[in-house]
Amino acid sequence: MKQVTPHTRSDMPAVEKEALWPSIVRRFQQGNVGPLPVLIGLAMIALVFQIANDKFLTPVNLTNLTVQIASMGTISVGIVLVLLLGEVDLSVGAVSGLASAVMGVLSVKQGWPAGLAILAGIATGTLIGTLQGFWIAKFRVPSFVVSLAGLLAWQGALLYVLGTTGTVNLTDKTIIGIANSRVSIEAGFVIGIIAIVAYAAILIAEQRGRQAMNLPVQSTVMLAWRIGLIALVTVVTIGFMSINRNPNVEAAAVRGIPSAVVIFIAVLIIFDFITRRTRFGRYIYAVGGNVEAARRAGINVNGIRIAVFMLCSTLAACGGVLAASRLYASNQASGGGDTLLNAIAAAVIGGTSLFGGRGRVWSALLGALVIGAIANGMDLLAMSSAIKFMVTGTVLLIAVTLDASTRSRRENTGR
Amino acid sequence: MAANPTPVLQLRQISKRFGAVQALSNVDFEVYPAEVVALVGDNGAGKSTLVKTIAGAYRPDSGQYIFEGREVTIHTPREATNLGVETVYQDLALCDNLDVVANLYLGREGVRVTGPHPLHLLSEVEMERKATDVLRELSVKIPNVRSQIATLSGGQRQSVAVARSVMWNSKVVLLDEPTAALGVEQTFQVKELIKRLRSRGLGVVVISHNLADVFEVANRVVVMRLGRRVATFDTSQSTAQEVVGAITGATLPAAVAAG
Ligand SMILES: Nc1ncnc2c1ncn2[C@@H]1O[C@H](COP(=O)(O)OP(=O)(O)OP(=O)(O)O)[C@@H](O)[C@H]1O
Ligand SMILES: [Mg+2]
Repeated sequence: MKQVTPHTRSDMPAVEKEALWPSIVRRFQQGNVGPLPVLIGLAMIALVFQIANDKFLTPVNLTNLTVQIASMGTISVGIVLVLLLGEVDLSVGAVSGLASAVMGVLSVKQGWPAGLAILAGIATGTLIGTLQGFWIAKFRVPSFVVSLAGLLAWQGALLYVLGTTGTVNLTDKTIIGIANSRVSIEAGFVIGIIAIVAYAAILIAEQRGRQAMNLPVQSTVMLAWRIGLIALVTVVTIGFMSINRNPNVEAAAVRGIPSAVVIFIAVLIIFDFITRRTRFGRYIYAVGGNVEAARRAGINVNGIRIAVFMLCSTLAACGGVLAASRLYASNQASGGGDTLLNAIAAAVIGGTSLFGGRGRVWSALLGALVIGAIANGMDLLAMSSAIKFMVTGTVLLIAVTLDASTRSRRENTGR
Repeated sequence: MAANPTPVLQLRQISKRFGAVQALSNVDFEVYPAEVVALVGDNGAGKSTLVKTIAGAYRPDSGQYIFEGREVTIHTPREATNLGVETVYQDLALCDNLDVVANLYLGREGVRVTGPHPLHLLSEVEMERKATDVLRELSVKIPNVRSQIATLSGGQRQSVAVARSVMWNSKVVLLDEPTAALGVEQTFQVKELIKRLRSRGLGVVVISHNLADVFEVANRVVVMRLGRRVATFDTSQSTAQEVVGAITGATLPAAVAAG
């Protein structure tokens, strides 16, 4: 019946090889600016602090910065998922604190082996997330309220678990090693090169697949640029982290990628993959974009909601474990203070929309870098946290305004 | 119709109430294979509610749903599509933040089976290939199948919604005002498409306020008024004036007799 005419390359639409510049312009007009504003912002922040204090752009400081943001960034990945749904989770700070306390108490006071204690801490988050997600999905209570109640309740649970002493100092080598060990330089480069090769292989396979199906492909130059850029960033980062960070040159050298950073990057890659390449990820975007359309398409909307809240709390717990490991302790202040706000601010500053359906997992990294850089730079300049909070608040306001204005631009074009 | 006496889909005594509004009261409805039925009526007559009930988006308060001669219970849109009932909703039900390919395949993504069900990898290349072909077959003009729906015009979106409903092997296609936002050329395309679906043996239900279009494509016209089915016309044996009369209620008794 149906004639299968081979599609020659020439009968493809003219968009086939979209030039770089027009495609950027088009994305801007669509209110789809991507990571550009935050990258510019990061460059500006780096410039300002470097001028104010030439210690800012040093291997030791930048590596510290990445370790400082690993926990916040991990929690923020969960926030990105929840924001993609068009929801929010205010309990992530409290959950991260509780998870670290559960791990700490089981390890130190109950003498559990490290692996089990860590698992129990993370599982606490998974359980809480499932419960909260279920509540939100089944009883139609706004996530804002459920997670606010969670914030209070899990903070209470944190105090309860810690007991009268109110703090546990972590002693187990494995637990402390999570955030405080380093990958050797050789291993770091091997991992980096494997990652680059894998990335290139995926892109090239995709290109081949599209060619085989007669679909428009990006130009080879563009492809080379993408791979080259990722390779460059990876190699420069690993190279930078391989420089000795110990100011005392006679003492043992401190070099290599911090383990906390490896964990954070792994979380980013895994969740970027899940959100963009799997059916589950597609459904997260669909529910965030138009719940009713998703429902009519047969998507199990409640199932997606529960799963996302479960993942969010699980990631919060992972962030709590990372933070406790880095600080050698879990106490009543764990997960308190600005943990929650930083995690949400990082996602939004990184470019994930508060209105649902738009954003990328990588925005957790970019936003956390901005917040971390501001805090770190101001610490270098010995500024008070008063100013730090005000500056971070201003950056957040700018990011949210950018988000709201691209959204209204989309609506104003009647589309 | 005489040649094929069993309706592919039949509703009996369907009622649906929204709070104080009785949107449907004891509505009978049927569509035969290889037939186009137009559903007409004033704003708020209950046409969309009827279509959503058939599509599984609403559950009726009472009544029977009979598909190919067997009574079935439809709880979800997925159950309706599994039977072969596809729907273009009046509000289109597209995800603005996803691209055209993702919307065409929403809920039915092509996947490479790996690991647990939700983590199946999307087969983007295959989906894009088929999406491109389907859109070309329907002469849908879209700059790029990877454009976000948010960047498309109203007519382009409507074309995407229509394309989504006909790219699966369906038996019944429900179109709620499919040409409302379309230009002349696209309207023509959709009408041709409806005729093609009929010649392929599908039952097609079209809601439209444009009686000229209705008389061009439909075999029968079902008129609804205030949640009731008030008349039925055979387009070969009636005029637009008669249908208008039934819609407004002016010539109701005669129309009922005709139906
Ligand atoms: N979800 C709902 N909740 C409450 N009332 C509803 C809902 N959907 C429809 N109604 C009511 O049911 C009645 C029928 O609405 P419906 O949308 O079926 O009309 P329609 O015939 O499709 O009209 P139109 O030509 O304007 O699309 C209206 O009075 C409407 O207000
Ligand atoms: Mg309607």
